[in-house]
Amino acid sequence: MTQSVVVQVGQCGNQVGCRFWDLALREHAHVNKKGLYDEALSSFFRNVDSRKSDGRACGIGGRIQHLKARAVLVDMEEGVVKEILQGPLREVFDSTQLLTDVSGSGNNWAVGYVTYGSAYREQIVDKLRKAAEHCDCLQCFFLIHSMGGGTGSGLGTRVLNLLEEEFPEVCRIVTSIYPSAEDDVITSPYNSVLAMKELTEHADCVLPVENQSLVDIVNKIKHMSHGGKPGSTIKTNCTVISGQGGLTGAEKPFDAMNNIVANLLLNMTSSARFDGSLNMDLNEIAMNLVPFPRLHYLVPSLTPLYTLADVSVPTRRLDQMFSDAFSKDHQLIRADPKHSLYLACALMVRGQVQVSDLRRNIERLKPSLPFVSWNQEGWKTGLCSVPPVGHSHSLLALANNTCVKPTFMELRERFTKLYKKKAHLHHYLHVEGMEQSCFSEAISSLSSLIEEYHSLDATKGKLMPDAPRLSIAR
Amino acid sequence: MSVVTVQLGQCGNQVGQELFDVLCSDEGHRTTYRAASCERFFHQNTHGDLRARAVLIDMEPKVINQSMTKAAKSGRWRYGDTSYFSQKQGSGNNWANGYCVHGPRHREVVEELVRREVECCDRLAGLMAMMSVAGGTGSGVGTYVTQCLRDIYPKAFILNHLTWPYGTGEVIVQNYNSVLTLAHLYQLSDAILVHENDTVHRICSQLLNIKHISFSDVNRVIAHQLGSVLQPALTADSYGVYSRNPLGEMVSALACHPEYKLLSVFTIPQMPSSSIAYSTFSWPGLLKHLRQMLISNSKMEEGIDWQVHPPTSSEKTRSLTGANFNTSVANLLILRGKDVYSAETGGFEDPALYTSWLSSAEAFNLWKSPVLFNKYEKSATLVSNSQALLRPLDNMVGKAWNMFASRAYIHQYIKFGISEEDFLDSFTSLEQVISSYSQM
Ligand SMILES: Nc1nc2c(ncn2[C@@H]2O[C@H](COP(=O)(O)OP(=O)(O)O)[C@@H](O)[C@H]2O)c(=O)[nH]1
Ligand SMILES: Nc1nc2c(ncn2[C@@H]2O[C@H](COP(=O)(O)OP(=O)(O)O)[C@@H](O)[C@H]2O)c(=O)[nH]1
Ligand SMILES: [Mg+2]
Ligand SMILES: [Mg+2]
Repeated sequence: MTQSVVVQVGQCGNQVGCRFWDLALREHAHVNKKGLYDEALSSFFRNVDSRKSDGRACGIGGRIQHLKARAVLVDMEEGVVKEILQGPLREVFDSTQLLTDVSGSGNNWAVGYVTYGSAYREQIVDKLRKAAEHCDCLQCFFLIHSMGGGTGSGLGTRVLNLLEEEFPEVCRIVTSIYPSAEDDVITSPYNSVLAMKELTEHADCVLPVENQSLVDIVNKIKHMSHGGKPGSTIKTNCTVISGQGGLTGAEKPFDAMNNIVANLLLNMTSSARFDGSLNMDLNEIAMNLVPFPRLHYLVPSLTPLYTLADVSVPTRRLDQMFSDAFSKDHQLIRADPKHSLYLACALMVRGQVQVSDLRRNIERLKPSLPFVSWNQEGWKTGLCSVPPVGHSHSLLALANNTCVKPTFMELRERFTKLYKKKAHLHHYLHVEGMEQSCFSEAISSLSSLIEEYHSLDATKGKLMPDAPRLSIAR
Repeated sequence: MSVVTVQLGQCGNQVGQELFDVLCSDEGHRTTYRAASCERFFHQNTHGDLRARAVLIDMEPKVINQSMTKAAKSGRWRYGDTSYFSQKQGSGNNWANGYCVHGPRHREVVEELVRREVECCDRLAGLMAMMSVAGGTGSGVGTYVTQCLRDIYPKAFILNHLTWPYGTGEVIVQNYNSVLTLAHLYQLSDAILVHENDTVHRICSQLLNIKHISFSDVNRVIAHQLGSVLQPALTADSYGVYSRNPLGEMVSALACHPEYKLLSVFTIPQMPSSSIAYSTFSWPGLLKHLRQMLISNSKMEEGIDWQVHPPTSSEKTRSLTGANFNTSVANLLILRGKDVYSAETGGFEDPALYTSWLSSAEAFNLWKSPVLFNKYEKSATLVSNSQALLRPLDNMVGKAWNMFASRAYIHQYIKFGISEEDFLDSFTSLEQVISSYSQM
């Protein structure tokens, strides 16, 4: 078994991260009835005997003593982390896993990336190394952050660089929360575009999530659970926005949205944590879904979003789950994969689903989904036998699809609007070590990324002839 | 003489386990048959316990644990307690990771394990490496290990048993991994015996009526077919004594030319085990079907195209022969069960079935055993070196080549030390194989 380390940076990163840890604990408590520290738990948790002064971990198979998250928490203000340390999750983190400052990044990427990045470099590397040393076979880093602020965006992408430098062989999967158009952070387009360049160059995979999509999904579920059609009552504790059964009590703003992202991470890592008849290792994700190094943005969609109270026609519902994964309103960014071009697609299924169900649904859906000419059979599948809490089955689809392009173009437009007026630019240029060239390089990196998707898009629907085969001299 | 099996990766370790299970449970009442089979595949200690002559290799622990446990639970046989090597993290569906990183890193341990197993054999008949071609460990490490074995045992027969992937759905880079594996093995191996998952899957659903087909259903079919090839049999010139070297004799019967090494298996009958007891078969009926399965290239006796026929001598000038006729380089027919000595096999000696450059006497070989195999009263298996794999191979290479034309995924391989040049070499050598098989 391998282990992974979660690195959560900034307000958003830490708030999403905490929802992940809460729901991960809930899930393991649900499955692990014996109270023994097993391989499944070990992938994201250490088991520490607090009586031993050195806090040494106990091995697999022993009783659960104290579970400690394999995590590093970084924030440049104290508020969020302090709250975590006073809340029900405080037991899960050690002070040695935390790094905070008091003054924040002022929603300025440069402050996060340049200023704090240089000041805290050694300390961050030190904490990452500690976390890595606790692993017997470290497979993956999961970075969680927002794009729009300063700490997550700036320092978060600096951490990404450090991970690449220090652990070049360990896979880096980044979950990035993109700001909505009406974001309250005025400089969010700058921060996002500056961060994008780093993500494009240094991540193995990026899972983009748009806050607007999360809001839409939350509203839809709330609407359904208030006056839905008769007979379609939603079980309120069986939705992807619910945290019921977790340690945390009262819900904070963002909690519902963050639970969706937490579920995304739970489902993506389920195959690495539990058994299944078709395991999908974390290192298989990039290998199968990333045909070109820069085009590693994987659009996630989650189904089902909720479970209906009445249980009927299971097969149809199972097939519905597969259909939904490709519909617009289940995507975690505002995008329409069906009407764009697939480069590759992974289906990560949990629960009582058979290989034959997978094959049937792929065959059924394939004709309506445009795939790039050289990857007509670009499907990767994983089956994990343990379903999420409250569901009988679930599906996470990860689509490498040109439908990310509009999101990136919109971001570029918002950036350009500010940049033309040089609005707020001086806040960035005042930061020592920050150059105006960073802006032009970042925007041209984004533009060429858009162009790469664009030229693939242009092949859509065209009948591409097979490449002429090598001829053999006889 | 004994065969040492090396199981690699998830598929290799799962198929291998089913194979030993069939070999061991295929009792046979005759003690000489039993003894010959045992000597071949198992090591027997003083208490009579059977230990498979096998080495298990994987880059992650789960599958090996499962296979060892299953074997031990059977109560009939087990794997050696120290005959395995596993690591913690798989090869991530990347042939280059297996071939360039994991293989070399663990070379010594693996060679030592095999050497120990070989030393337990009075005489070594050969080595059989089992793996899939689509993943990373079986394909990449498997290729590397085959290369090491070729160096250490230059004279031993080496057979690779390969599982070819389903057309869709499991590994996106499967055609790359397959191309790299096949191209390399073609230089190393004496013969390459292939099972295609799609084909075996169809056997499970249409002949065995299995509803929810699992890998272990598929593997049991593969194991049955392989077992019927590998169990003791009497060859034409063995004068009533079981042949000593199944691998060597198979290779010399079938793989007489370095351009032609791809073997596929046709077996008849195959049915749900509950129906076996109620069915009787006649040799003429079985062999008539099997012959048509061969020439129409159908792995199942159901839905055979009876229209396909061998070209008449005037059609022999190639282009005229029906596009669906499957021409053979060589065939090995293995008959097991009741009344084998009365079976009439002349239909397989027809020169029209073969290329012009081998006489049918050289191209056709027959093994027989009067012992019932795996509960079937009569069972016929044909190992064929023919055009049967031409189309799937051509498909595989074509898809990989299309992908390569846009250089998709190549960076993932370059990262581990494989260059575009290496890809091109592999494509070239497989195009050569395709061309050889299609111009027969
Ligand atoms: N989904 C989600 N978005 C958040 C959360 N907190 C802040 N954001 C968004 O993140 C952006 C601001 O970044 P923030 O994480 O607060 O800044 P930082 O602390 O400097 O990294 C804005 O787009 C916010 O809407 C959260 O808990 N969940
Ligand atoms: N017939 C069969 N095929 C398998 C089995 N396990 C995996 N495969 C096939 O093997 C390929 C994946 O390779 P796998 O052996 O899992 O990868 P590895 O562990 O890295 O060598 C796919 O084509 C699967 O269809 C099995 O038990 N039986
Ligand atoms: Mg904030
Ligand atoms: Mg596998």
